[in-house]
This record gives sequence, C-alpha cells and structure tokens, in this order.
Amino acid sequence: MVRLITHNLLACHAKGCTTNNFPLEFKDVQVVLRESEFNPEFLRGFMPKIEWPALLGAARELGDTSLPDQLPEMLDDDFLKALHHVLLEIHVEEGIMICPNCQHNYPILNGIPNMLLAEHEIA
Amino acid sequence: MIPTPDLSHLRPADYEHVYEPAEDTFILLDALEQDEELLKSIQPRVALEIGSGSGCASSFLGSITGPSSVLYLCTDINTHACSCTQATGRQNKIPLDSIHTSLSHPFLSRLRHSVDIILFNPPYVPTHQEEAFTAQTERDIGGAWAGGADGMQVTERFFPQVAELLSPRGRFYLVAVAQNDVPAIQRRMRAQYGLDSEIVLKRRAGREHLSVVRFQR
Repeated sequence: MVRLITHNLLACHAKGCTTNNFPLEFKDVQVVLRESEFNPEFLRGFMPKIEWPALLGAARELGDTSLPDQLPEMLDDDFLKALHHVLLEIHVEEGIMICPNCQHNYPILNGIPNMLLAEHEIA
Repeated sequence: MIPTPDLSHLRPADYEHVYEPAEDTFILLDALEQDEELLKSIQPRVALEIGSGSGCASSFLGSITGPSSVLYLCTDINTHACSCTQATGRQNKIPLDSIHTSLSHPFLSRLRHSVDIILFNPPYVPTHQEEAFTAQTERDIGGAWAGGADGMQVTERFFPQVAELLSPRGRFYLVAVAQNDVPAIQRRMRAQYGLDSEIVLKRRAGREHLSVVRFQR
C-alpha cells in the first residue's frame, strides 16, 4: 500500500539523480480509502520527519484539501485527525510515481510501489 | 507469550517463490520477544525490514510494538515476497507498507538517522559468488539464502546503509551464521561505523549455528 506517509519518505535514487528528486509526482492513480486506528501519540512523534510542502502537495494532487497551508503550531485533535486521514488512510493502489528531476517512472501495482532500478541506473 | 503470526493465508505455491519461515526466522522472533521491554522503551516510530519475505518478522514486531504506534516499512527485491508481506500484514492486522526495491535505497535521503528498528535476516548461506549474484538478479527464492563467499555478499552491501539510517536510539537486528564470522562483523561495525553490538541469542539448528546480533550507536 502506498500511503502518503510512505510517499513522503520515497525519493528517486537513479544514478546521478540527487537534486530535485523528491517528492515523486503521482500520475494515473487509483485510490482506495481504508480506515485505521487513530493514534495521536504516533502522529506527534512522527511529525518531525514529515516534509510538509511535499505532503500538502501530494494530498491536493489526490483531491484532499483538509490540510492547512502552514503547519499549525498547536497540534489539536481536529488537525491530528485530518493529518491521520491524509497520512494513513489514503491508499494509492495503482498508478505511477514520476521523478520531478529525471522523469524516471516508478509504477504502483496492487498497492506495491516498484522502486527497483536496472543495474545501469543504480547510483 | 506473543503468538507467531498467522500465515494460514499463504499456500505451497507462494513458498515456491518466497522463503518459508524456518529456524532462522524463529530465532529472530525469539530475540525480538526477549527484547520486548527494550523495544517498547525506545518508543519507535519507524521500523524497516530488509528482505521481508513472507512478512512474518515484521508482523511479529508489530504485535510487540503495536499496529498504530509505528510505521512498518518492508522491502524485498522479490515481487512475490512483497505481495506475501502485504497479505500477511492484513491477515494479522498489522499495517505493513511493502516496497519492491533493493535494500533501502529509495529511503536513504529521507530517513537519515530516523529508523528506530531495522531487521535483516539476510541471505547468509556461503555459496559461490556467482550464485549469489545470479540469485539477486533473478529476484526469486534463491535470493533469500545464497550469500556468496562467507555468506556476506548482500549483508556487506547493507552495512553502510545501516549507519546512515539508524536513529540515535535505534536498534539493528541481524541474523547470522557461524561461517559469517560474527566476531569479525562486530569488530568491523565498531571500527567503521561506531556501532556497538551484542549477540542477543544463539542457537544450533541442524547444521547451522545461528545468532541474532543487535547493533546500536
């Protein structure tokens, strides 16, 4: 399952592709929503690892506009619930992730992203 | 007692392409269970398993550290293994995020010093170098065990990534056999990457002398 929490951690790793290689852009995606257990403590602990503009962009690409432009200073329950939904409940099942720099295509099949590179593409 | 993950959804046909949990899997589970308090105390947020195969080890870890408290990332070069990992997560109600890739490559830039638990039960069986190389290229079941000269060919490639990924409070669990020369691995990880280690569990299974080594900063 490609959830936005994972998407926020994946960068293009093709040979020589070291700048502007994140976040990967979605194309032709099919999305499924699956409920998961709300855990505010996890979200607070995970916050420092999130790249906010990348998450915001990805959520909006997938049609979810519940997140604010700027990361709020107070992480209240309403915000954390919206964050929970965006990070953990939106699953991209099919589609492509494209590197904004080298245009490498990483397909998603049955919810599994194929991040493998051919031998000559490996950094 | 933490129950062994339910693998009843996997079929003999799955095990033609994916390594079926065996003694080396179970020693890793036992080591994790033995470390239950430690694993909870470091309050992990990100776990990463390399070569997750059936998904048994990460599902087990998930039942220790909780399904909603940790992000469980699982990589494998074998596409069948990725599917089995995902299915085993669902079967056991542990969300496992399965990624088809080699080692941890696509995470290296974003997860620097951010992974709290790393699991690796590598292809540790000493084989001809060529056999290990071919097995990794074919991305099938042989890649689960063929380890090249001294069984360290794939493991060695991952060590620099461990040093990059491990968080300040993180722990890295590695399964090894005697032929891998565990004391030499421990010395090298200390000298090259400043990682301390101890053998948390040792067991003989048939001809294999298995160990689980735990590393930390």
